[in-house]
Amino acid sequence: MRPFDYARASSEAAAIKAGAAARTKFIAGGTNLVDLMKNDVEQPAHVVDINGLGMSAIERVSGGVRIGALVRMSDAAAHPEVAQNFPVIAQALLLSASPQLRNAASLGGNLMQRVRCPYFRELTWTPCNKRDPGSGCSARDGDNRMQAILGTSEACIATHPSDFAVALAALDGVLTLRGPKGERQVMATEFHLLPRDTPHLEHDLKAGELITSIYIPDAPHAKRSAYLKVRDRASYEFALTSAAVGLDVSGGTIRSARVALGGVGTKPWRSRDAESVLQGKPANEETFRAAAEEAMRGARGQGHNDFKIELGKRTLVRALTDLAAPLVAGGAA
Amino acid sequence: MIGEGRDRVDGRPKVTGQARYAAENNLDHLVHAVVVMSTIPAGTIKAIDTAAAKKVPGVLTVMSHLNAPKLNFPGSAGGGRNETGGPTRSPSGGGAAPGGPPAGNYAEPKLIPFQSNAVHYTGQQIAVVVADTLEHATHAASLVKVTYDAATPRTDMQALRAEAIVKPPGPQSQPFTKGDPQAAFASAPVKLDQVYRTPYQHHNMLEAHSLVAAWDGEQLTLHDSAQNIFATRQTLSRAFEVPLQNVRVLSPYVGGAFGAKGSAWPHVFIGVMAARAVKRPVKLWLPRRQLFFTNGHRPETEQRVALGATQEGKLVSIIHDCICQGNAVNDYNERSTRPTRTLYATPNMYAVHKVVELNVSSGTYMRAPGENPGGFALESALDELAWKLNVDPVELRLINHADVNPSDGKPWSSKSLKECYARAAERFGWANRKREPRSMRDGRTLIGYGMATATYPAHRAPASAKGVLNADGTVVISSGSHEMGCGTATIMAQVAADALGIPASRVQFLYGDTTLPTAPISAGSMTASSVGAAVHEVALALKKRMAESSERPLEVRVDSKPEESAQQYSMHAFGAHFAEVGVDQDLGIVRVRRMVSAFAAGKVLNAKTARSQYLGGIVQGISAALMEQTHFDKRPSIASFTNVNFGEYLVPVNADIRNLDILFVEENDPYINPIGAKGIGEIGIVGVMPAIANAVYHATGKRIRDLPITIEKLL
Repeated sequence: MRPFDYARASSEAAAIKAGAAARTKFIAGGTNLVDLMKNDVEQPAHVVDINGLGMSAIERVSGGVRIGALVRMSDAAAHPEVAQNFPVIAQALLLSASPQLRNAASLGGNLMQRVRCPYFRELTWTPCNKRDPGSGCSARDGDNRMQAILGTSEACIATHPSDFAVALAALDGVLTLRGPKGERQVMATEFHLLPRDTPHLEHDLKAGELITSIYIPDAPHAKRSAYLKVRDRASYEFALTSAAVGLDVSGGTIRSARVALGGVGTKPWRSRDAESVLQGKPANEETFRAAAEEAMRGARGQGHNDFKIELGKRTLVRALTDLAAPLVAGGAA
Repeated sequence: MIGEGRDRVDGRPKVTGQARYAAENNLDHLVHAVVVMSTIPAGTIKAIDTAAAKKVPGVLTVMSHLNAPKLNFPGSAGGGRNETGGPTRSPSGGGAAPGGPPAGNYAEPKLIPFQSNAVHYTGQQIAVVVADTLEHATHAASLVKVTYDAATPRTDMQALRAEAIVKPPGPQSQPFTKGDPQAAFASAPVKLDQVYRTPYQHHNMLEAHSLVAAWDGEQLTLHDSAQNIFATRQTLSRAFEVPLQNVRVLSPYVGGAFGAKGSAWPHVFIGVMAARAVKRPVKLWLPRRQLFFTNGHRPETEQRVALGATQEGKLVSIIHDCICQGNAVNDYNERSTRPTRTLYATPNMYAVHKVVELNVSSGTYMRAPGENPGGFALESALDELAWKLNVDPVELRLINHADVNPSDGKPWSSKSLKECYARAAERFGWANRKREPRSMRDGRTLIGYGMATATYPAHRAPASAKGVLNADGTVVISSGSHEMGCGTATIMAQVAADALGIPASRVQFLYGDTTLPTAPISAGSMTASSVGAAVHEVALALKKRMAESSERPLEVRVDSKPEESAQQYSMHAFGAHFAEVGVDQDLGIVRVRRMVSAFAAGKVLNAKTARSQYLGGIVQGISAALMEQTHFDKRPSIASFTNVNFGEYLVPVNADIRNLDILFVEENDPYINPIGAKGIGEIGIVGVMPAIANAVYHATGKRIRDLPITIEKLL
């Protein structure tokens, strides 16, 4: 850990101003940033605490819900508005981390968490293009069991670790950002960046910009949605594969569908191709398998993580099957 | 009173925060040490630039081989002096052969820190920064710049298999041959010949290796987190060339150890050196990441098991040929054929475990060293043989039950393995098992039943104890043993109270301090047996003196040691595990739905702490079966463990552990020791991994021979 100065922002304007300075990091729950600072992966000179800025309301707004960026994961998951209208969000949150971490971590911070690749995070003396641009990628030919199979590049194969971001991508979430140049909206699916040849650039957040709130639009496929997470132990672990799915089924036919995958992409992996396969088709296993094949088209393993291609497909099929089961039964009745 | 399930005496102080662990000894004028690790696996240090580090406020010194004092150690020119006064090491504790000179407990006898510029593995401790605060020391340590002359490392155990060597010297590491195993295997009507693999694992006890070292002139006090304080005292006395009585080691509370704290690892020397250099007490508390490199691990193993049998299932030959990772700076050998040498009757046997020296940090004892990985291979092979023969796996084990120790022919002091099989099988409902693989299911979950045998030797080492009767009728018993969470402090009071005929609440047990009577390493499942015997004897002696004398306080001492007559027996604890697993038919997720385990380990001293010991072993076994492994990146440019934190190094959470049922099969063993207890710290884990792997085969029809059984192996 390196020396840094710490200040509590007294207002949003003050935070944005302070945040625009070089080598500055915002801190909310600190569950990711502090770990990385201890390992010298993050070396901010200034840390600006934004916990006093409010941004912690969950409110119904026109056509959806708006959730403040400082809402804690536990609070969001437990809120009736989220749990009833956006079950995939609540489930993804509750399947993340541990109760202690969920009590501390903010939603905005969750979207900003950095990758778990061991070469990035722990073996800080080894090459890593994300940590040390241009140095090389140690994971490609190394320990890559947990790493991504979609959206990878020569420069980086690290998996985006968030479950919440996957659910948010599935439901067309929108982020409100405020910065020195004012306020703007960004689709959750556009917020995180593919690594390409610049894996150190992970998101569309300019210097000084804060995520202030998250909007999720109502939809039948949002209300009937679910998150399935596959992992080596029963709780408190990052996904090997996961699927955030939403379905609107009528008379056994899929009217609309949402699909995003976790544990497999270098960013939260929305699969509009899979959705196209599902749309208008009967809600049965054949359709789900076809969607899964489409979702994994172009997936590429690096050895240890080859199994994620098949596991990812099966995860999606299972998630869709379980979500559809009562809908299909209801449609028949 | 013996056997009663009493609460742990250390429970309340621990949950209320009153218990003071080594790193919580915040002595006056305390300063902090942070260690710098090597970032290459092999070569020499060319230069160390400490200029930036020294500029950090509060830095007192930066020490490395360039400026450290020379220590007296086995590999140094003056090594071997001052070799008196320490205890011998246990059979499982490493160090000198029984009867030889006490060797102390150097974890890496050929690598005492800062004595040369040689680098033997990634993560080697090569420098230390001492500063007024932990933050200053941590920052300064990150600024130490080291340059190297790198050499080509040896990192690939499989590729270097042909260079495996027998080490260390001593009978337990030598190959064992009985009869003509190769010919018997070749001519056997039924043969099984397979290779099994177990991965690197780290102890990952919750309390990190940590210490506070304080010098007062030539007197050293070390607050350590340790399993072997007397050997550490011996080691430090020798290394720093001060008389034994000048060194005091204290370790009253240990937050888990699992074998890794039985030896003096490099940080112990570093902390003591640093404290001497700055003339202030030094705290050294290793961060989790560093623990993965410099404080031991269970080496990876590769094990060939070849079984020859008659059509009726009688074993005619057992061949068990193992290699494990080792290195050039310590002599650790994961002696995986140990269970093979004791478990089954066979006229022909070959058992060998060798070491492939790599540029990888040092292996060491980890809960049931040898028995645990070896048991996986042997008991998986037995299961495979049972399928080949179409014999029930329990029946196959009964057919081959060893009525005497198969390697030395000695009779058992006691053995109740058949009762363990019978009682656990009945409680489990083994008879309900459908024979064919993939024949049982619960919805989308494939169900499988599997079983395996557990075994662990019953050791006893010399131990001393003191008993004091106070005027108020309370009794203080003391022996410098350790409490790593096993229940030692609790059961010792029970043992003493039982012998004295007074309530346990009137007995206090003192331990964890080298000013107390000598106790052996707390390892090899022998503390109850060794220290328990001494406590029992001192209590009886005190009772006798009480009748003779009205003097108060009244003090007696005993030096307890194993009876010579016990040598005519082979002494082991045995047990049996039965596991039910569920495997998701599509997703490959394995969960252990329930286990029933029966153990015969002599007398149960405290039903509550005994059950906890077994449970802990079983949980650790489930962990090893399904998730626990340290990944090693063997590319020469990296040569490092990778998943070096609790995010990626998986151990079970509560949700992974379902219904575990423990049965005690009590034995009356008059030979093992005066209290009749065999020791139970390790047997709980032995056999869990194969029981689960065998159940996974029954559930899925897939035989997994390399642990852990992760999803990709079942897709």
